[in-house]
Amino acid sequence: MANPTERTTVQKDTSQLRQKKMLAEHFTRLAQAPATGEKSVYTFVPGNMTELLLAFDVLPVLPEINALQSGMRGKSKDYIAVAEKLGHSEDVCTYVKSDIGMMKSGNIGPTGERLPEPDLLLLSYTGCFTFMKWFELLREEYKCPVVMVHVPYQGEGRITESMRQYVVDQIRQKLIPALEKITGKSYDEDRLKECLARSAQAEDDLVWVLQSAKNKPSPIDAYFGGVYYIGPIFSSFRGTEDAVEYYKALRAETEESIRLGKGPVTPDGELTEERYRIVVEGPPNWTSFREFWKMFADEGAVVVASTYTKVGGVYDFGFRHDPSRPLETLAEYCMGCYTNLNLPSRVEMLASYVRDYQADGFLINSVKSCNSFSAGQLHILREVENRVGKPGGFIESDLVDPRYFSAANIKNRLESYFQMIEQKRFGEGAA
Amino acid sequence: MNYHVGIDLGSTTTKAVILGEKGTILGRGITNSRSNYDVACQIVLSEALINTRFSLVASELDRAGVTEARKAQLLGELERRFHMQQYLGQLRVLEEDLTELLQKINPSGGFLPSVQRILGTMHDEAEKLFAEGASRKSDFFRDLAGSRYLKLAEAESIENKEVRFDYLVGLFDKAILEVENSRAAAGNFETLAAAALAQMSETDERLQGAVERVIDIELDQVGSVGTGYGRQRLPFPEGQIRSEILCHGLGAHALFSTTRTVLDIGGQDTKAIQVDDQGIVTSFQMNDRCAAGCGRYLGYIADEMNLGLHELGPLARDSTRPVRINSTCTVFAGAELRERLSLGEKREDILAGLHRAIILRAMSLLARSGGVKNEFTFTGGVAKNPAAVDALKTLISENYGDIKINISPDSIYTGALGAALFALRDSRRADQAAAAN
Repeated sequence: MANPTERTTVQKDTSQLRQKKMLAEHFTRLAQAPATGEKSVYTFVPGNMTELLLAFDVLPVLPEINALQSGMRGKSKDYIAVAEKLGHSEDVCTYVKSDIGMMKSGNIGPTGERLPEPDLLLLSYTGCFTFMKWFELLREEYKCPVVMVHVPYQGEGRITESMRQYVVDQIRQKLIPALEKITGKSYDEDRLKECLARSAQAEDDLVWVLQSAKNKPSPIDAYFGGVYYIGPIFSSFRGTEDAVEYYKALRAETEESIRLGKGPVTPDGELTEERYRIVVEGPPNWTSFREFWKMFADEGAVVVASTYTKVGGVYDFGFRHDPSRPLETLAEYCMGCYTNLNLPSRVEMLASYVRDYQADGFLINSVKSCNSFSAGQLHILREVENRVGKPGGFIESDLVDPRYFSAANIKNRLESYFQMIEQKRFGEGAA
Repeated sequence: MNYHVGIDLGSTTTKAVILGEKGTILGRGITNSRSNYDVACQIVLSEALINTRFSLVASELDRAGVTEARKAQLLGELERRFHMQQYLGQLRVLEEDLTELLQKINPSGGFLPSVQRILGTMHDEAEKLFAEGASRKSDFFRDLAGSRYLKLAEAESIENKEVRFDYLVGLFDKAILEVENSRAAAGNFETLAAAALAQMSETDERLQGAVERVIDIELDQVGSVGTGYGRQRLPFPEGQIRSEILCHGLGAHALFSTTRTVLDIGGQDTKAIQVDDQGIVTSFQMNDRCAAGCGRYLGYIADEMNLGLHELGPLARDSTRPVRINSTCTVFAGAELRERLSLGEKREDILAGLHRAIILRAMSLLARSGGVKNEFTFTGGVAKNPAAVDALKTLISENYGDIKINISPDSIYTGALGAALFALRDSRRADQAAAAN
């Protein structure tokens, strides 16, 4: 077995390099915003209304993405320490603390350039209560306006006409006027429609890529690799020509992998033997992301579907942004994000993933400080087990606090879990 | 004679189980885990092989028509004398190491006479320590020799003001590591059995014959599987390493075939495991990042109270009014204990509360793993603690009703047994594959 501390050069897909370039350009534009006069809006991934922001030529900033980037770059530990020093409790969502710490440490973004101060804070997903408190803190800091679009929970497992109208009214009556005010521009619905059309195009290709994991072997890892695939569409690029091009290229790259019968590319090289097909629920750990992925890859475990890659939109169940109903489609998008679904819907989604992707089992990575995900996860585990008859596994870690990633413990549980699948597969019980 | 071995490298102890070709348990061994895992594995294997030879001697006596009572008498004495010889051998190595150490760090030889006096007394006391009916608090040389050495060192330092107690303790701490890591100190069956035979209170030719025949048996390892927390560092190839979850599940199934739920409380983790009717694990939960409420917690409590680990349970059982304790944080265990003592609570009442708290934590894991189903098997070092068992029985009954609870006297070997069964199975599968070709 390879030495776990041994570091080799990280292997990357061409699409990944392309994404890196897109991000670099975006952050440079953000860094230059104070000089160019471009306006910026801070907002969250679930329920983000990037197309509407683009229609106003506003630059989006996504604090969660910055926090996870800080985690991956080994900065979050210090940022969290700064936030705790300011009085934030140990149990608060670590994205919040990392973001607050980053802000207090000069607001230097993932590419090393300073982020502009927000002209507006846009909260367009209220399923996470912490988001509200987070922006309350940012409002104190930046003294800027806030727009809160209240997004009803899908408690009954569906979106009703009155729910849709309720969100559309808020967009029309609160959000659009606020954007008009900070930009001095009028709302241009035709521009919004153009953006939405591009979104739908990129979404088609993204879904195609995610569903390519139904192949055996799967050409992609839909969790560890998946977080890169959702990068552009979940963040600042949905509705742009860049995103359309990115997903077209990603799809071509995936088609080529299928043609060659290749497995996913992990940071340590191509995964050549697919031994376990796993469905994963819950966000990944970012501070030990590579080590975490390696624990799967070393065992030949490929994630064929994940719910985390649906936090910014559940596209694989049919939703597409629809340019013919611009505000309605944005409202539906906000209400359709994964964590806004009720438990039965989540159970059904996981069960269908296990069946449709012919998975050997499903695994929950539970994050204590993220209640949007973790509340009800053990119930989900039992329900899905009962429905699909495949073994469920449970591990615990954190988003960006490295203190909560116990490598030995997680590795132990993962190995036990994979061996359990193996044992069941061969009926390796008592003689 | 071919055998399969399973080794469970735990955070506190390392266990081995030897299986014969038909799957019968031939021998068991246990040693304390040390920083050198390879040595721990070697020592535990040699202990288990010695134990195997004793069980082979028993079979030989059966074959020779020796009655059960007589066999028990003969084997009992032989084992006692054997272990005394082993102890004396280890004492000799300890003395050599101490002498060598003193020559290195204190060439003027100021402490040597004291050390020699202590070890001389320990040598003389060995007969009494291994006398018939004598109780020994531990089977580990470190514990047996350590407790006597400390008492004698204390007396020595009182008598001779120039000999500092802490210095003598420091010497022992250094030298004992050498003894534990020395395979020679553990001895071999042939020499020790011969010495033991020579000391038997009466000569029995059938026993002598049996021992001689067993000495001649070659024991060949044909399969091995390792498990436990240190399993990545076990001296086995990767394919021969299994998760301790699977091993505990299968081991518990082998001990009690209708087991459906297994709870294992070890030194640093607690595992709640559900198994099917074949011993295949269907679901499991483990404690997460924190080892609160595991065996090590009891270890700290014992240290704080200046008691042996095995004394905690019986003391807790004397409680009449258990204290309610919620926190099982290992790090805060000492503070919690002192706080309660300062409030005037009785030691036994505090201990009863602590045991209940540990089991409450285990109950939460059991619930998360899918609950407790009939039959339920409790394994691991903590299953030897009567107060923990009492608390578990009460809580299982309160929460799950009438459930049969199994605890094997050999529960500490459950993981190693499961590992050995996997080794046996792997060999059979390989044989079948070879036959098919």
